[in-house]
Amino acid sequence: MSDQQPLSRINDFAFKMGTVNGTGSASANSLLMQAIFRMGIPVTGKNVFPSNIQGLPTWYEVRVSKDGYTARPAHVDLVVALNPETYAKDVAAVRPGGYLLYDSSWPLDDKLIREGITILGIPFGKMCVESFEGDRNRTLLRNIAYVGALAALLEIDMDIVGEMLKEKFAKKRALLDANFRAIRLGYDYAKANYSCPLPFHLERMDATKDSILLDGNSAAALGAVYAGATVGAWYPITPSTSLMEAFKEYCERFRIDPETKQRKYALIQAEDELAAAGMVIGAGWCGARSFTSTAGPGISLMSEFIGLAYYTEIPGVFFDIQRTGPSTGMPTRTQQGDLLSIAYLSHGDTKHIALFPANPEECFYLGAQAFDLAERFQTPVFVVSDLDIGMNDWMCRRFTWDDSYRPDRGKVLGADDLERMQRFSRYLDADGDGIAARTLPGVSPRGGYFTRGSGHTKHATYTEDSTEYQEVVDRLSRKFETAAKSVPGPEMHLQGGNGASAPIGLISLGGCHSAVLEAVDRLRSSGTSVDYMRVRAFPFAESVRAFVASHPHCYVVEQNRDGQLRTLLAIETGLARDSMSSILDYGGLPLTADRVVEGVLDGEQARAASRRPAASVASETRNLLLT
Amino acid sequence: MTSITKPPVRHPSLPTNALGLTRREYEGAMSTLCAGCGHDSVTAALVQALWELDLPPHRAAKMSGIGCSSKTTAYFLKQSHGFNGVHGRMPALATGANAANRDLVYVGISGDGDSLSIGLGQLCHAIRRNVNMAYVLENNGVYGLTKGQFSASSDVGSKSKRGEPNLQPPIDPVLLALSLGATFVARSFSGDKAQLTPILKAALRHNGFALVDIISPCVSFNDHDSSTKSYRYTRDHYNDIAPVDFVPLRREITAETNDTSAVSVTMHDGSVVRFRRVASDYDPRNRDAAYAHVRERQARGEVVTGLLYIDESAADMHGVAGTIATPLVELPYEELCPGSGALAELMEEYR
Repeated sequence: MSDQQPLSRINDFAFKMGTVNGTGSASANSLLMQAIFRMGIPVTGKNVFPSNIQGLPTWYEVRVSKDGYTARPAHVDLVVALNPETYAKDVAAVRPGGYLLYDSSWPLDDKLIREGITILGIPFGKMCVESFEGDRNRTLLRNIAYVGALAALLEIDMDIVGEMLKEKFAKKRALLDANFRAIRLGYDYAKANYSCPLPFHLERMDATKDSILLDGNSAAALGAVYAGATVGAWYPITPSTSLMEAFKEYCERFRIDPETKQRKYALIQAEDELAAAGMVIGAGWCGARSFTSTAGPGISLMSEFIGLAYYTEIPGVFFDIQRTGPSTGMPTRTQQGDLLSIAYLSHGDTKHIALFPANPEECFYLGAQAFDLAERFQTPVFVVSDLDIGMNDWMCRRFTWDDSYRPDRGKVLGADDLERMQRFSRYLDADGDGIAARTLPGVSPRGGYFTRGSGHTKHATYTEDSTEYQEVVDRLSRKFETAAKSVPGPEMHLQGGNGASAPIGLISLGGCHSAVLEAVDRLRSSGTSVDYMRVRAFPFAESVRAFVASHPHCYVVEQNRDGQLRTLLAIETGLARDSMSSILDYGGLPLTADRVVEGVLDGEQARAASRRPAASVASETRNLLLT
Repeated sequence: MTSITKPPVRHPSLPTNALGLTRREYEGAMSTLCAGCGHDSVTAALVQALWELDLPPHRAAKMSGIGCSSKTTAYFLKQSHGFNGVHGRMPALATGANAANRDLVYVGISGDGDSLSIGLGQLCHAIRRNVNMAYVLENNGVYGLTKGQFSASSDVGSKSKRGEPNLQPPIDPVLLALSLGATFVARSFSGDKAQLTPILKAALRHNGFALVDIISPCVSFNDHDSSTKSYRYTRDHYNDIAPVDFVPLRREITAETNDTSAVSVTMHDGSVVRFRRVASDYDPRNRDAAYAHVRERQARGEVVTGLLYIDESAADMHGVAGTIATPLVELPYEELCPGSGALAELMEEYR
């Protein structure tokens, strides 16, 4: 959406609320988004919140897109400014010609006055003070009142809003009445005092009936449940905590024995991430599907145990919900800063399988698949999500499940298999694929072996012999090569149907996907030919290398400062790093399509400039030096 | 090296246990520890205890961290799965393993460096969770594998081999475990197999976390005259306050029942631990008294040994969590996956 677009738009605009956290605005905002979704209109909500419980600024951005674009909007048409502390910033975010809605219980603050926008005042605070009792109640209901005002200004279906309030407060009659009254306060005031609806507003569509609204952490937890995971060990850390909490809720619903009321899962809140990783590995060693969820600082702490699991070949799934680093960084902001550390996490020669879901739907499917890969390859598998995917509600397709699915437990020898064998050698590559068969404790007296992080032979005995040591670590390399053929391949969005490559290749991963897809459409419609590849897993499939090699120039779009995916591509494909430019966005907010389009156009301009004859560049440089 | 490679042929007159297995079937690889190491005596006592308990070897899982003590999991139960993990983090591995398969007998072997320095947090939290395992702490007051640094259990004034005195107060694993609510706390000496074996048997049968702190002298770095973890010092200051006898479930209890100095505790599986009271007022079921007694004797320079505290009524980690009795690893996938119908219903809730 550029600044030139007319403001009279149906189902194609964005608005945001600037509030104070801990005041109940989050539930009001999700109510708004869900109401729009139920009107059949594609919608996205991004919660931009502080690392704090109460009293700091928070924003909620809602984008409505009839075309189904879900990336964060670069501009907003309407700002609801309810936090005096952020007035200046909020008023600046309004697109020229847009609207600002403020609480006119107090005089208009100088900071809110700006040329070229329309200012609407509604005395939310005053109305709530007059209509309700109690400070906390008034604060909470003020948020519901602005939902009512927006319903009038944007034509949100009031029947749907009413239906949602009834669902929400089904068991709290008093709250239901108060909320209804608060909604009407805002709605009636807007109707009486302003010309409703605004030039940009909503109209019912039928584009969401096959969709759901869900956050990636819940989706990933559901994936773990469906994959048959039984042991979860974790340590609370934003933004991953809600994953384990969701797992607990699903298990309480689906994994309680109906007769005994006993649990068919074990969930352990560990003393730290080191212990959480150890518990995952201990459980994986015993044969359970086990996992943890964490974020960057937790990944750092788990690094030692990850090396152990890699070398001793024990499965486990590690969900990394990335947040901004380094160190504590900005815990409630998003980033893709853990790519390089995860790829080679731990000391010595280590490499890991990593999956990169782009949205909650993939958190579910790739989350489940991660358990198969972990057991097939007997190694830690990382599911690399981020705060934006993990904690925001995304519109995605309904999940389905194939009931014929059975877990891939990999090469696990049972008592009968062991009876038939002359000798069990834990780290022997019998099939030439780099994967040795394992046994589980307690199954057979013939299956015992000693698991050690120290040097071991293919028979799992201790060694300090160079040849014996190398034999095992070289096989681990072969196992990784096999994995490259089994992990999900990249998703290709090629422009030409005839097999010819576009002159520009875009490469991205994870949560950047929605913004890149939108940018691709915009670039193509403005005459720039681009192919787009979304990487879905590490190690890279051969087709990833082929894509880079077949494009004269690639842009790698990612959310970190140092271009970690680009570095990883250069290391692992052996292709020149200079054949790829970076388009980076690492300020902690979800990526916008504008940033990608600008990145490509600026990059192309710079490349065109550098292609000019050397003499002309030389003379330009001379001129610059003279002035 | 105190073990020798033995011929594969079994002597026909070797005694067998109820499973028809000899002690040899509970042994492991040859020890690579120094000759005279206390840890090898602990290993021998463990072999004896496991054999006497008639435990099928493959139903045990051996867990350890890093250090001389942790190496010993290779020296017994060669048919069992063993896991020599990372330094100080065996409790996490054991906790996860136990979460997955609650039916195995977990034997954790650790040392004073592994448990009281780098792994202190994990030890505390395993106690707190009451993970069902025997936790053997082979305590020699010194870092052996890195050649003689003090550990956190070194006593103030105890000198290193080079004559340097330790100036920091020790962490006593027994007092620590008592204060954290451990449900089984014992201390023994590697040089007293007669006391150690029944303690280990009771620890292996305890339903919960059983800490057995064993003074196990390091002959290479901490067995000199000015050490308080030497063979001589331990023998000179040894005080066996609560000698125990472990009576397995199926063995008929033949000991005289009119022994007024005996206290019996019935274990979770029905077997019995019987104490003879040496100190007339000592009751191993009284946590505060146990703590006070150990402190009091410590002040007199005595090393109090025996099964110091036991609470067989507490629930272990699974009991607290309400986990199903079947080990989680044995649950069929069909019981774990809610299926496509449940998913379709769930999707309706996200609209």
